[in-house]
Amino acid sequence: MVQLTLPKNSRVRVGKTWPKPEGAKNIRRFRIYRWNPDDGENPRVDTYFVDMDSCGPMVLDALIKIKNEIDPTLSFRRSCREGICGSCAMNIDGVNTLACIRGLDEIRGDVKIYPLPHTEVVKDLIPDLTHFYAQHASIMPWLETRTNRPEREWRQSIEDRRKLDGLYECVMCASCSTSCPSYWWNGDKYLGPAALLHAYRWIVDSRDEATGERLDQLEDPFKLFRCHTIMNCTKTCPKGLNPAKAIAEIKKMMIERMV
Amino acid sequence: MSFLTAYKRAAGAGSARRGADRHWAQTVSSAGLLVLVPLFVFTFGPMLGRPHEEVVAYYARPFPAIVAVLTLLVGFLHFRNGVRVLIEDYVQGLAREVAIIVMAWLSYAAAATGIFAIARLAL
Repeated sequence: MVQLTLPKNSRVRVGKTWPKPEGAKNIRRFRIYRWNPDDGENPRVDTYFVDMDSCGPMVLDALIKIKNEIDPTLSFRRSCREGICGSCAMNIDGVNTLACIRGLDEIRGDVKIYPLPHTEVVKDLIPDLTHFYAQHASIMPWLETRTNRPEREWRQSIEDRRKLDGLYECVMCASCSTSCPSYWWNGDKYLGPAALLHAYRWIVDSRDEATGERLDQLEDPFKLFRCHTIMNCTKTCPKGLNPAKAIAEIKKMMIERMV
Repeated sequence: MSFLTAYKRAAGAGSARRGADRHWAQTVSSAGLLVLVPLFVFTFGPMLGRPHEEVVAYYARPFPAIVAVLTLLVGFLHFRNGVRVLIEDYVQGLAREVAIIVMAWLSYAAAATGIFAIARLAL
């Protein structure tokens, strides 16, 4: 059965409150999920106070400041700091998004930061995305062709190239998949919005010659049809993409080849 | 514990190569119910609380009897498919299979009971 409560060793407790920065006048409170696999303790939520007069405008700026100046043990992924790498996806103020493009001025009150929901946690804000990446690999995220390779490039019209807009921009941050209740309950089998958006990106690519095989591989009550158009994926996508529409388009293509 | 690779876990047993048929069946029954449910409400509604003889005479007419039979049949088939999705969402393992079987038979039994009742009134 679906699990509605957390196991005892996963229940989140009140954590440490770190001292306020001395002499600071513009202070903001951050409540951040902490868990260390090495200490055998339950997860906790630590409270930090950040001097906003010496902090950048984004949530990632504050996290880096906390790590540099207050608590060097705080762990999180980050790289590009401009919404391209997808590393710093986390649950901020109840919404899955990228810390580097989420402005602190968009959040009211305390800033609450948790790892992406319903993922195994490696440490603190770092989720284990091994299964997520393997699901992406399973949809064959590359151009499949049967025709002999042309002398120059595989040609594509401007109109056909336009069909990839809104699909190729996905940075695989996992915000959408980890916001999806169907993925929470059946993530072992259901591919989730990110992998399905990528699947559609290759299905709709005019140069790809494996459309039928791709549809065959997706036609499954769990891999694809677990999507119930809840739309959390589209609402949360930090890049403004629409995975729910991509999934609906795949379903439409399956019906069109059947009826 | 078993030493399966992440890819092996993600790929699982592959695709069932079906699912679109169920999706289409649910779409067709939804479209049918969109027409049938209002017809059922407007044919069944006036007979609520009427004398038995009047109801028997009413359901001896083909239109209300056929609307009622179709609503029950399509409604319970739609119910069976819908609840199956629900069970697949929230129940796992052997319990899932048992729940799907029980729900299918309950749906068939409910549809058959309703159709039998209409047939008795109509014939």
